[in-house]
Amino acid sequence: MTELTYSSAELMIINAARLLRDGDVVFVGVGQPNLTCNLAKRTHAPNLVMIYEAGVIGAEPARLPLSIGDPTLVSGALSVVSMYDIFSLYLQRGNVDVGFMGGAQIDKFGNINATIIGSDYAHPKTRLPGSGGSQEIAAWANRCYLMTPHQKRRFPEKVDFMTSAGFLNGRKQRKAAGLRGGGMVGVVTDIGFMEPDENGELTLTALHPGKTAEQAKENTGWPLKVAASLRTTEPVTEKELKILQEELDPKGIYLRGG
Amino acid sequence: MSKLIPLKDAISKYVSNGDVVYAAGFTHLIPFAAGHEILRQNRRDLVLARATPDLIYDQMVAAGCARKVIFSYMGNPGVGSLRIVRSAIEQGKLEWEEYSHFGMITRLQAGASGLPFLPMNQTGAADLEKANPNIKRIPDPYGGKDVIVVPALNPDVAIVHVQRADANGNAHLWGIIGEQKEAAFAAKKVIVTAEEIVDESVIRSDPNRTLIPSVVVDAVCRVPFACHPSYAQGYYDRDNDFYLQWDKISESVESVKSWLDEWVYGVKDRAEYMEKLGEEKRGRLKIKSRMSEPINYGEY
Repeated sequence: MTELTYSSAELMIINAARLLRDGDVVFVGVGQPNLTCNLAKRTHAPNLVMIYEAGVIGAEPARLPLSIGDPTLVSGALSVVSMYDIFSLYLQRGNVDVGFMGGAQIDKFGNINATIIGSDYAHPKTRLPGSGGSQEIAAWANRCYLMTPHQKRRFPEKVDFMTSAGFLNGRKQRKAAGLRGGGMVGVVTDIGFMEPDENGELTLTALHPGKTAEQAKENTGWPLKVAASLRTTEPVTEKELKILQEELDPKGIYLRGG
Repeated sequence: MSKLIPLKDAISKYVSNGDVVYAAGFTHLIPFAAGHEILRQNRRDLVLARATPDLIYDQMVAAGCARKVIFSYMGNPGVGSLRIVRSAIEQGKLEWEEYSHFGMITRLQAGASGLPFLPMNQTGAADLEKANPNIKRIPDPYGGKDVIVVPALNPDVAIVHVQRADANGNAHLWGIIGEQKEAAFAAKKVIVTAEEIVDESVIRSDPNRTLIPSVVVDAVCRVPFACHPSYAQGYYDRDNDFYLQWDKISESVESVKSWLDEWVYGVKDRAEYMEKLGEEKRGRLKIKSRMSEPINYGEY
Protein backbone atom coordinates (compact mmCIF):
# COMPACT_ATOMS: atom_id res chain seq x y z
CA MET A 1 0.00 0.00 0.00
CA THR A 2 1.40 3.39 -0.97
CA GLU A 3 1.50 6.03 1.72
CA LEU A 4 -1.11 8.75 1.43
CA THR A 5 0.11 12.27 0.75
CA TYR A 6 -1.92 15.24 1.86
CA SER A 7 -1.58 18.96 2.50
CA SER A 8 -1.57 20.62 5.93
CA ALA A 9 -5.02 21.99 5.14
CA GLU A 10 -6.33 18.50 4.41
CA LEU A 11 -4.80 17.14 7.61
CA MET A 12 -6.50 19.85 9.68
CA ILE A 13 -9.87 19.61 7.99
CA ILE A 14 -10.01 15.83 8.36
CA ASN A 15 -9.07 15.95 12.04
CA ALA A 16 -11.48 18.79 12.71
CA ALA A 17 -14.33 16.95 11.00
CA ARG A 18 -13.87 14.03 13.40
CA LEU A 19 -14.69 16.32 16.35
CA LEU A 20 -18.26 16.76 15.21
CA ARG A 21 -20.85 14.35 16.59
CA ASP A 22 -23.75 12.94 14.65
CA GLY A 23 -26.80 15.04 15.41
CA ASP A 24 -24.86 18.16 16.39
CA VAL A 25 -26.36 21.48 15.40
CA VAL A 26 -23.35 23.31 14.01
CA PHE A 27 -22.96 26.96 13.09
CA VAL A 28 -20.70 26.75 10.05
CA GLY A 29 -18.05 29.38 9.34
CA VAL A 30 -16.63 30.41 6.00
CA GLY A 31 -13.66 28.68 4.35
CA GLN A 32 -12.07 25.59 5.90
CA PRO A 33 -14.73 25.16 8.62
CA ASN A 34 -17.27 24.97 5.81
CA LEU A 35 -15.33 22.05 4.24
CA THR A 36 -14.91 20.45 7.64
CA CYS A 37 -18.62 20.32 8.39
CA ASN A 38 -19.48 19.14 4.90
CA LEU A 39 -16.90 16.35 5.24
CA ALA A 40 -18.28 15.25 8.61
CA LYS A 41 -21.79 15.15 7.17
CA ARG A 42 -20.61 12.91 4.33
CA THR A 43 -18.75 10.54 6.66
CA HIS A 44 -19.62 9.81 10.29
CA ALA A 45 -22.22 12.51 10.97
CA PRO A 46 -25.01 12.24 8.37
CA ASN A 47 -27.47 13.81 10.83
CA LEU A 48 -25.36 16.90 11.36
CA VAL A 49 -27.60 19.97 11.18
CA MET A 50 -25.63 22.68 9.42
CA ILE A 51 -26.67 26.23 10.20
CA TYR A 52 -25.21 29.09 8.20
CA GLU A 53 -25.19 32.66 9.42
CA ALA A 54 -26.85 33.64 6.14
CA GLY A 55 -29.97 32.17 7.75
CA VAL A 56 -30.02 28.62 6.39
CA ILE A 57 -30.91 25.73 8.70
CA GLY A 58 -30.31 22.11 7.83
CA ALA A 59 -28.45 22.73 4.60
CA GLU A 60 -27.68 19.74 2.37
CA PRO A 61 -25.40 21.30 -0.23
CA ALA A 62 -25.04 19.35 -3.47
CA ARG A 63 -21.75 21.11 -4.25
CA LEU A 64 -19.04 22.91 -2.28
CA PRO A 65 -20.48 26.23 -1.21
CA LEU A 66 -17.69 28.72 -1.93
CA SER A 67 -19.38 31.26 0.27
CA ILE A 68 -21.66 30.75 3.24
CA GLY A 69 -24.44 32.34 1.21
CA ASP A 70 -24.39 29.98 -1.75
CA PRO A 71 -27.71 29.02 -3.39
CA THR A 72 -26.91 25.31 -3.03
CA LEU A 73 -27.33 25.77 0.74
CA VAL A 74 -30.91 26.89 0.27
CA SER A 75 -32.29 24.30 -2.15
CA GLY A 76 -33.41 21.36 -0.04
CA ALA A 77 -32.70 23.03 3.33
CA LEU A 78 -35.03 22.62 6.30
CA SER A 79 -35.61 26.32 6.79
CA VAL A 80 -34.39 29.74 5.74
CA VAL A 81 -34.77 32.67 8.10
CA SER A 82 -33.57 36.27 8.33
CA MET A 83 -30.19 37.15 9.77
CA TYR A 84 -31.81 38.72 12.81
CA ASP A 85 -33.66 35.46 13.46
CA ILE A 86 -30.60 33.26 13.03
CA PHE A 87 -28.59 35.27 15.54
CA SER A 88 -31.39 35.82 18.05
CA LEU A 89 -33.72 32.78 17.91
CA TYR A 90 -31.03 30.24 17.12
CA LEU A 91 -27.73 31.46 18.55
CA GLN A 92 -28.61 33.86 21.38
CA ARG A 93 -31.47 31.65 22.58
CA GLY A 94 -29.10 28.69 22.88
CA ASN A 95 -30.09 26.40 20.05
CA VAL A 96 -26.60 25.86 18.62
CA ASP A 97 -24.31 23.05 19.80
CA VAL A 98 -21.11 23.78 17.93
CA GLY A 99 -19.35 26.80 16.50
CA PHE A 100 -16.56 26.15 14.02
CA MET A 101 -14.35 29.11 13.40
CA GLY A 102 -11.25 30.51 11.82
CA GLY A 103 -9.26 33.54 12.90
CA ALA A 104 -5.88 35.15 12.31
CA GLN A 105 -4.74 34.85 15.93
CA ILE A 106 -5.70 32.69 18.85
CA ASP A 107 -4.11 33.11 22.26
CA LYS A 108 -3.25 31.03 25.30
CA PHE A 109 -6.82 31.24 26.62
CA GLY A 110 -8.52 30.56 23.29
CA ASN A 111 -9.47 34.18 22.59
CA ILE A 112 -9.73 34.98 18.89
CA ASN A 113 -8.59 37.94 16.84
CA ALA A 114 -10.11 38.48 13.41
CA THR A 115 -10.01 42.29 13.46
CA ILE A 116 -6.56 43.90 13.30
CA ILE A 117 -2.87 43.05 13.59
CA GLY A 118 -1.09 45.66 15.69
CA SER A 119 -2.12 47.57 18.76
CA ASP A 120 -3.77 50.69 17.31
CA TYR A 121 -7.35 50.03 16.20
CA ALA A 122 -7.68 53.48 14.64
CA HIS A 123 -4.54 53.02 12.53
CA PRO A 124 -4.36 49.30 11.78
CA LYS A 125 -1.13 47.93 10.35
CA THR A 126 -3.10 45.04 8.92
CA ARG A 127 -6.85 45.20 8.70
CA LEU A 128 -8.61 41.82 8.84
CA PRO A 129 -12.24 41.17 7.87
CA GLY A 130 -13.64 41.56 11.41
CA SER A 131 -16.10 39.56 13.48
CA GLY A 132 -18.84 38.52 11.12
CA GLY A 133 -20.70 36.03 13.27
CA SER A 134 -17.68 35.02 15.32
CA GLN A 135 -18.17 37.28 18.37
CA GLU A 136 -21.57 35.81 19.20
CA ILE A 137 -20.79 32.24 18.14
CA ALA A 138 -17.79 32.12 20.49
CA ALA A 139 -19.95 33.40 23.34
CA TRP A 140 -23.12 31.42 22.87
CA ALA A 141 -22.48 28.09 21.09
CA ASN A 142 -22.17 25.15 23.51
CA ARG A 143 -18.78 24.06 22.14
CA CYS A 144 -16.37 25.99 19.93
CA TYR A 145 -13.57 24.66 17.78
CA LEU A 146 -10.97 26.52 15.84
CA MET A 147 -8.56 25.35 13.17
CA THR A 148 -5.42 27.13 12.03
CA PRO A 149 -1.87 26.24 10.94
CA HIS A 150 0.55 25.97 13.87
CA GLN A 151 2.65 29.12 13.53
CA LYS A 152 4.05 31.39 16.21
CA ARG A 153 2.46 34.51 14.76
CA ARG A 154 -0.95 32.84 14.87
CA PHE A 155 -0.53 31.74 18.50
CA PRO A 156 0.54 34.82 20.49
CA GLU A 157 0.37 34.76 24.27
CA LYS A 158 -2.29 37.48 24.03
CA VAL A 159 -4.29 38.50 20.97
CA ASP A 160 -3.80 42.02 19.55
CA PHE A 161 -7.56 42.52 19.58
CA MET A 162 -10.16 40.30 21.18
CA THR A 163 -12.80 39.85 18.48
CA SER A 164 -14.32 36.81 20.16
CA ALA A 165 -13.98 35.46 23.67
CA GLY A 166 -12.32 32.23 24.63
CA PHE A 167 -11.67 32.00 28.37
CA LEU A 168 -10.64 35.71 28.62
CA ASN A 169 -7.88 35.56 31.28
CA GLY A 170 -8.89 32.12 32.51
CA ARG A 171 -11.88 29.88 32.99
CA LYS A 172 -13.05 31.75 36.10
CA GLN A 173 -13.28 35.01 34.20
CA ARG A 174 -15.41 33.51 31.45
CA LYS A 175 -17.67 32.04 34.07
CA ALA A 176 -17.95 35.42 35.80
CA ALA A 177 -18.89 37.03 32.48
CA GLY A 178 -21.90 34.71 32.44
CA LEU A 179 -21.62 33.61 28.82
CA ARG A 180 -23.99 30.79 28.06
CA GLY A 181 -21.66 28.73 25.85
CA GLY A 182 -18.86 26.42 26.97
CA GLY A 183 -16.18 28.30 25.07
CA MET A 184 -13.20 27.04 23.11
CA VAL A 185 -12.96 23.29 23.61
CA GLY A 186 -10.36 22.40 21.00
CA VAL A 187 -7.91 23.83 18.49
CA VAL A 188 -6.81 21.75 15.52
CA THR A 189 -3.49 22.64 13.91
CA ASP A 190 -1.28 20.97 11.32
CA ILE A 191 0.90 19.66 14.16
CA GLY A 192 -1.70 18.41 16.58
CA PHE A 193 -4.59 19.25 18.86
CA MET A 194 -4.83 21.60 21.83
CA GLU A 195 -7.45 21.58 24.53
CA PRO A 196 -7.99 23.90 27.50
CA ASP A 197 -6.79 22.71 30.92
CA GLU A 198 -8.69 23.30 34.17
CA ASN A 199 -7.71 26.99 34.03
CA GLY A 200 -8.67 27.36 30.36
CA GLU A 201 -5.07 27.42 29.09
CA LEU A 202 -4.59 25.69 25.74
CA THR A 203 -2.45 22.60 26.24
CA LEU A 204 -1.08 20.15 23.71
CA THR A 205 -3.10 16.94 24.06
CA ALA A 206 -2.49 15.17 20.74
CA LEU A 207 -0.02 15.06 17.88
CA HIS A 208 -0.61 14.06 14.28
CA PRO A 209 1.43 11.02 13.19
CA GLY A 210 5.09 11.96 12.70
CA LYS A 211 4.86 15.32 14.47
CA THR A 212 6.66 16.15 17.72
CA ALA A 213 5.86 18.12 20.85
CA GLU A 214 9.03 20.12 20.20
CA GLN A 215 7.62 21.31 16.87
CA ALA A 216 4.44 22.40 18.60
CA LYS A 217 6.36 24.26 21.32
CA GLU A 218 8.62 26.01 18.82
CA ASN A 219 5.60 27.27 16.94
CA THR A 220 3.59 28.54 19.90
CA GLY A 221 3.96 32.04 21.33
CA TRP A 222 3.74 31.01 24.99
CA PRO A 223 5.43 28.21 26.94
CA LEU A 224 3.14 25.43 25.75
CA LYS A 225 2.20 22.79 28.31
CA VAL A 226 2.10 19.20 27.11
CA ALA A 227 -0.49 16.83 28.55
CA ALA A 228 0.85 13.81 30.43
CA SER A 229 -1.30 11.51 28.30
CA LEU A 230 -0.30 12.82 24.87
CA ARG A 231 -2.26 11.00 22.16
CA THR A 232 -1.53 10.43 18.49
CA THR A 233 -4.37 11.24 16.10
CA GLU A 234 -5.72 8.52 13.82
CA PRO A 235 -4.08 8.54 10.39
CA VAL A 236 -5.87 10.26 7.54
CA THR A 237 -7.84 7.75 5.49
CA GLU A 238 -8.16 7.42 1.75
CA LYS A 239 -11.93 7.76 2.01
CA GLU A 240 -11.72 11.13 3.81
CA LEU A 241 -9.16 12.47 1.36
CA LYS A 242 -11.17 11.31 -1.60
CA ILE A 243 -14.36 13.04 -0.46
CA LEU A 244 -12.44 16.24 0.18
CA GLN A 245 -10.53 16.28 -3.07
CA GLU A 246 -13.07 14.83 -5.47
CA GLU A 247 -16.42 15.92 -4.08
CA LEU A 248 -15.94 18.93 -1.88
CA ASP A 249 -13.08 20.96 -3.32
CA PRO A 250 -12.13 19.58 -6.74
CA LYS A 251 -10.54 22.91 -7.70
CA GLY A 252 -8.34 22.92 -4.59
CA ILE A 253 -9.50 26.35 -3.48
CA TYR A 254 -9.06 25.59 0.21
CA LEU A 255 -6.95 22.46 0.11
CA ARG A 256 -3.81 23.77 -1.58
CA GLY A 257 -2.40 25.26 1.62
CA GLY A 258 0.76 23.51 2.84
CA MET B 1 -50.33 53.57 -7.72
CA SER B 2 -47.54 52.46 -9.99
CA LYS B 3 -44.05 53.29 -8.78
CA LEU B 4 -42.44 51.68 -11.77
CA ILE B 5 -39.62 53.83 -13.16
CA PRO B 6 -36.28 53.16 -14.90
CA LEU B 7 -33.37 52.46 -12.53
CA LYS B 8 -31.56 55.49 -13.87
CA ASP B 9 -34.41 57.75 -12.77
CA ALA B 10 -34.73 56.04 -9.38
CA ILE B 11 -31.05 56.59 -8.55
CA SER B 12 -31.21 60.14 -9.84
CA LYS B 13 -34.25 60.91 -7.72
CA TYR B 14 -33.53 59.03 -4.50
CA VAL B 15 -29.74 58.83 -4.03
CA SER B 16 -28.01 62.10 -3.14
CA ASN B 17 -24.41 63.01 -2.35
CA GLY B 18 -23.63 62.36 1.31
CA ASP B 19 -26.44 59.81 1.80
CA VAL B 20 -26.22 56.76 4.02
CA VAL B 21 -26.92 53.97 1.53
CA TYR B 22 -27.82 50.40 2.48
CA ALA B 23 -27.59 48.06 -0.52
CA ALA B 24 -29.11 44.98 1.06
CA GLY B 25 -28.50 41.28 0.55
CA PHE B 26 -26.37 38.76 2.41
CA THR B 27 -24.41 37.21 -0.47
CA HIS B 28 -27.76 36.74 -2.24
CA LEU B 29 -29.66 39.37 -4.29
CA ILE B 30 -26.93 41.99 -4.02
CA PRO B 31 -28.07 44.93 -6.15
CA PHE B 32 -24.96 45.39 -8.29
CA ALA B 33 -26.93 47.09 -11.09
CA ALA B 34 -28.01 49.89 -8.77
CA GLY B 35 -24.47 50.21 -7.37
CA HIS B 36 -23.08 50.63 -10.85
CA GLU B 37 -25.76 53.18 -11.74
CA ILE B 38 -24.79 55.20 -8.63
CA LEU B 39 -21.23 55.24 -9.98
CA ARG B 40 -22.31 56.29 -13.46
CA GLN B 41 -24.21 59.16 -11.88
CA ASN B 42 -21.06 60.08 -9.97
CA ARG B 43 -22.46 60.34 -6.43
CA ARG B 44 -19.93 61.44 -3.82
CA ASP B 45 -19.32 61.28 -0.03
CA LEU B 46 -21.67 58.35 0.48
CA VAL B 47 -21.74 56.37 3.69
CA LEU B 48 -21.98 52.77 2.54
CA ALA B 49 -23.57 50.43 5.06
CA ARG B 50 -23.79 46.66 4.60
CA ALA B 51 -23.11 43.71 6.90
CA THR B 52 -20.72 42.39 4.25
CA PRO B 53 -19.45 45.15 1.96
CA ASP B 54 -18.85 42.44 -0.68
CA LEU B 55 -17.55 43.34 -4.13
CA ILE B 56 -20.29 45.91 -4.67
CA TYR B 57 -18.78 48.25 -2.05
CA ASP B 58 -15.22 47.32 -3.02
CA GLN B 59 -16.08 48.61 -6.49
CA MET B 60 -17.86 51.70 -5.16
CA VAL B 61 -14.98 52.56 -2.83
CA ALA B 62 -12.53 52.04 -5.71
CA ALA B 63 -14.57 54.50 -7.77
CA GLY B 64 -14.21 57.10 -5.05
CA CYS B 65 -17.87 57.58 -4.17
CA ALA B 66 -17.59 56.70 -0.47
CA ARG B 67 -16.62 58.72 2.56
CA LYS B 68 -17.23 55.94 5.04
CA VAL B 69 -18.19 52.29 5.34
CA ILE B 70 -20.25 50.62 8.07
CA PHE B 71 -19.81 46.85 8.16
CA SER B 72 -19.55 43.66 10.18
CA TYR B 73 -17.49 41.40 7.90
CA MET B 74 -15.16 43.03 5.42
CA GLY B 75 -14.05 40.10 3.28
CA ASN B 76 -14.52 38.63 -0.17
CA PRO B 77 -16.85 35.81 0.94
CA GLY B 78 -15.12 32.46 0.66
CA VAL B 79 -12.12 33.98 -1.10
CA GLY B 80 -10.25 36.20 1.33
CA SER B 81 -9.54 39.87 1.69
CA LEU B 82 -11.66 42.67 0.29
CA ARG B 83 -8.61 44.41 -1.03
CA ILE B 84 -9.82 47.89 -1.99
CA VAL B 85 -11.77 48.64 1.19
CA ARG B 86 -9.01 47.09 3.27
CA SER B 87 -6.20 49.13 1.75
CA ALA B 88 -8.27 52.34 1.87
CA ILE B 89 -8.75 51.75 5.62
CA GLU B 90 -5.09 50.83 6.18
CA GLN B 91 -3.99 53.96 4.33
CA GLY B 92 -6.32 56.13 6.38
CA LYS B 93 -8.32 57.18 3.30
CA LEU B 94 -11.68 55.81 4.40
CA GLU B 95 -13.62 56.15 7.64
CA TRP B 96 -15.23 53.04 9.03
CA GLU B 97 -17.60 51.92 11.74
CA GLU B 98 -17.68 48.30 12.74
CA TYR B 99 -20.00 45.83 14.46
CA SER B 100 -20.42 42.08 14.72
CA HIS B 101 -23.05 40.70 12.33
CA PHE B 102 -25.55 40.53 15.17
CA GLY B 103 -24.76 44.11 16.19
CA MET B 104 -25.20 45.36 12.63
CA ILE B 105 -28.44 43.49 12.07
CA THR B 106 -29.78 44.55 15.47
CA ARG B 107 -29.18 48.18 14.46
CA LEU B 108 -31.36 47.61 11.40
CA GLN B 109 -33.98 45.73 13.39
CA ALA B 110 -34.22 48.71 15.78
CA GLY B 111 -34.43 51.12 12.85
CA ALA B 112 -37.08 48.99 11.15
CA SER B 113 -39.15 48.82 14.34
CA GLY B 114 -39.06 52.53 15.07
CA LEU B 115 -37.04 52.01 18.25
CA PRO B 116 -34.06 54.16 19.34
CA PHE B 117 -31.93 51.11 20.17
CA LEU B 118 -32.11 47.40 20.93
CA PRO B 119 -30.31 45.21 23.48
CA MET B 120 -28.22 42.08 22.96
CA ASN B 121 -26.61 39.74 25.45
CA GLN B 122 -22.96 40.26 26.37
CA THR B 123 -20.29 38.29 24.51
CA GLY B 124 -17.31 38.71 26.83
CA ALA B 125 -15.24 40.23 24.00
CA ALA B 126 -15.23 43.92 24.84
CA ASP B 127 -12.56 45.32 22.49
CA LEU B 128 -14.99 46.40 19.77
CA GLU B 129 -17.15 48.01 22.42
CA LYS B 130 -14.12 50.07 23.45
CA ALA B 131 -13.28 50.94 19.84
CA ASN B 132 -16.81 51.92 18.77
CA PRO B 133 -18.59 54.39 21.09
CA ASN B 134 -21.92 53.48 19.48
CA ILE B 135 -21.78 50.13 21.28
CA LYS B 136 -22.80 50.67 24.88
CA ARG B 137 -23.66 48.61 27.89
CA ILE B 138 -26.61 49.40 30.17
CA PRO B 139 -28.11 47.78 33.25
CA ASP B 140 -31.02 45.41 32.77
CA PRO B 141 -33.90 47.38 34.34
CA TYR B 142 -35.36 44.06 35.51
CA GLY B 143 -32.29 43.15 37.53
CA GLY B 144 -30.46 40.71 35.24
CA LYS B 145 -26.99 41.10 33.76
CA ASP B 146 -26.04 44.26 31.90
CA VAL B 147 -26.94 44.19 28.22
CA ILE B 148 -25.17 45.56 25.16
CA VAL B 149 -27.13 48.10 23.15
CA VAL B 150 -26.69 49.46 19.66
CA PRO B 151 -28.48 52.44 18.13
CA ALA B 152 -31.06 52.22 15.35
CA LEU B 153 -29.72 52.46 11.82
CA ASN B 154 -32.08 54.37 9.55
CA PRO B 155 -30.35 54.69 6.17
CA ASP B 156 -31.31 57.56 3.88
CA VAL B 157 -31.93 55.03 1.16
CA ALA B 158 -32.11 51.25 0.96
CA ILE B 159 -31.77 49.37 -2.29
CA VAL B 160 -33.34 45.94 -2.22
CA HIS B 161 -33.35 43.49 -5.09
CA VAL B 162 -36.14 40.90 -5.27
CA GLN B 163 -37.19 38.09 -7.55
CA ARG B 164 -40.57 39.60 -8.37
CA ALA B 165 -42.61 42.65 -7.51
CA ASP B 166 -45.75 44.29 -8.75
CA ALA B 167 -45.70 47.84 -10.09
CA ASN B 168 -46.71 49.19 -6.66
CA GLY B 169 -43.69 47.65 -4.97
CA ASN B 170 -45.20 44.63 -3.23
CA ALA B 171 -42.28 42.25 -3.42
CA HIS B 172 -41.78 38.50 -3.22
CA LEU B 173 -38.38 37.18 -2.33
CA TRP B 174 -37.12 33.78 -1.34
CA GLY B 175 -33.85 32.00 -0.69
CA ILE B 176 -31.49 33.78 1.69
CA ILE B 177 -33.52 36.72 2.97
CA GLY B 178 -30.68 38.24 5.00
CA GLU B 179 -31.59 41.74 6.10
CA GLN B 180 -33.74 42.76 3.13
CA LYS B 181 -36.95 43.33 5.03
CA GLU B 182 -35.23 45.11 7.92
CA ALA B 183 -33.31 47.41 5.54
CA ALA B 184 -36.49 48.29 3.67
CA PHE B 185 -38.43 49.14 6.83
CA ALA B 186 -35.50 50.99 8.40
CA ALA B 187 -34.68 53.25 5.46
CA LYS B 188 -36.20 56.64 4.71
CA LYS B 189 -36.45 55.87 0.98
CA VAL B 190 -36.59 52.44 -0.66
CA ILE B 191 -35.70 51.46 -4.19
CA VAL B 192 -36.82 47.97 -5.16
CA THR B 193 -35.20 46.41 -8.20
CA ALA B 194 -36.80 43.20 -9.48
CA GLU B 195 -35.97 40.37 -11.83
CA GLU B 196 -39.58 40.43 -12.95
CA ILE B 197 -42.51 42.78 -12.67
CA VAL B 198 -45.65 40.72 -12.16
CA ASP B 199 -49.33 41.42 -11.89
CA GLU B 200 -50.69 42.16 -8.43
CA SER B 201 -52.66 38.91 -8.65
CA VAL B 202 -49.38 36.94 -8.60
CA ILE B 203 -48.41 38.68 -5.36
CA ARG B 204 -51.86 38.05 -3.92
CA SER B 205 -51.60 34.35 -4.80
CA ASP B 206 -48.91 33.90 -2.12
CA PRO B 207 -49.12 36.68 0.47
CA ASN B 208 -46.81 34.97 2.99
CA ARG B 209 -43.98 35.48 0.53
CA THR B 210 -44.42 39.27 0.45
CA LEU B 211 -41.57 40.42 2.67
CA ILE B 212 -41.63 43.98 1.43
CA PRO B 213 -44.96 45.77 1.01
CA SER B 214 -45.71 48.71 -1.23
CA VAL B 215 -46.27 50.81 1.91
CA VAL B 216 -42.52 51.32 2.41
CA VAL B 217 -41.42 51.38 -1.25
CA ASP B 218 -40.69 54.54 -3.24
CA ALA B 219 -39.53 53.21 -6.59
CA VAL B 220 -39.78 49.90 -8.43
CA CYS B 221 -37.40 49.13 -11.28
CA ARG B 222 -37.37 46.15 -13.62
CA VAL B 223 -33.75 45.02 -13.80
CA PRO B 224 -33.16 41.42 -14.90
CA PHE B 225 -29.74 40.02 -13.94
CA ALA B 226 -29.29 42.94 -11.53
CA CYS B 227 -27.22 40.85 -9.12
CA HIS B 228 -24.38 39.43 -11.20
CA PRO B 229 -21.83 38.35 -9.90
CA SER B 230 -24.17 37.73 -6.93
CA TYR B 231 -27.26 35.70 -7.72
CA ALA B 232 -31.03 35.46 -7.57
CA GLN B 233 -32.26 32.14 -6.17
CA GLY B 234 -34.14 30.22 -8.83
CA TYR B 235 -33.14 32.67 -11.58
CA TYR B 236 -29.36 32.41 -12.03
CA ASP B 237 -26.31 31.15 -10.17
CA ARG B 238 -23.65 32.99 -8.22
CA ASP B 239 -20.62 33.64 -10.43
CA ASN B 240 -18.09 32.18 -8.03
CA ASP B 241 -15.39 32.38 -10.70
CA PHE B 242 -15.80 36.12 -10.80
CA TYR B 243 -15.47 36.37 -7.01
CA LEU B 244 -12.18 34.49 -7.35
CA GLN B 245 -11.08 36.65 -10.30
CA TRP B 246 -11.83 39.83 -8.36
CA ASP B 247 -9.11 38.80 -5.94
CA LYS B 248 -6.66 39.30 -8.84
CA ILE B 249 -8.35 42.32 -10.42
CA SER B 250 -8.36 44.14 -7.09
CA GLU B 251 -4.63 43.64 -6.54
CA SER B 252 -3.93 47.01 -8.14
CA VAL B 253 -5.79 50.29 -8.36
CA GLU B 254 -5.01 50.43 -12.08
CA SER B 255 -6.61 47.11 -12.91
CA VAL B 256 -9.70 48.02 -10.90
CA LYS B 257 -9.93 51.35 -12.69
CA SER B 258 -9.74 49.67 -16.07
CA TRP B 259 -12.35 47.10 -14.95
CA LEU B 260 -14.68 49.94 -13.89
CA ASP B 261 -14.05 51.75 -17.18
CA GLU B 262 -14.98 48.67 -19.11
CA TRP B 263 -17.87 47.22 -17.08
CA VAL B 264 -19.43 50.22 -15.34
CA TYR B 265 -18.65 53.44 -17.22
CA GLY B 266 -18.34 51.64 -20.55
CA VAL B 267 -21.91 50.34 -20.54
CA LYS B 268 -25.20 52.20 -20.53
CA ASP B 269 -27.14 49.93 -18.23
CA ARG B 270 -27.51 46.39 -16.91
CA ALA B 271 -28.91 45.07 -20.19
CA GLU B 272 -25.75 46.18 -21.97
CA TYR B 273 -23.61 44.71 -19.18
CA MET B 274 -25.29 41.32 -19.56
CA GLU B 275 -24.98 41.47 -23.33
CA LYS B 276 -21.28 42.20 -22.90
CA LEU B 277 -20.93 39.33 -20.46
CA GLY B 278 -21.67 37.05 -23.38
CA GLU B 279 -23.81 34.09 -24.14
CA GLU B 280 -21.33 31.51 -22.92
CA LYS B 281 -21.07 33.05 -19.46
CA ARG B 282 -24.81 33.66 -19.18
CA GLY B 283 -25.31 30.04 -20.14
CA ARG B 284 -23.01 28.87 -17.37
CA LEU B 285 -25.04 30.79 -14.80
CA LYS B 286 -28.31 29.18 -15.88
CA ILE B 287 -29.84 26.78 -13.42
CA LYS B 288 -32.24 23.87 -13.55
CA SER B 289 -35.66 24.26 -11.92
CA ARG B 290 -36.48 22.85 -8.50
CA MET B 291 -40.07 23.79 -7.70
CA SER B 292 -41.61 23.87 -4.24
CA GLU B 293 -44.82 21.96 -3.54
CA PRO B 294 -47.77 24.33 -3.98
CA ILE B 295 -49.73 25.17 -0.84
CA ASN B 296 -53.46 25.69 -0.50
CA TYR B 297 -54.58 29.04 0.90
CA GLY B 298 -58.21 28.00 0.47
CA GLU B 299 -61.22 29.83 -0.97
CA TYR B 300 -63.25 31.59 1.77
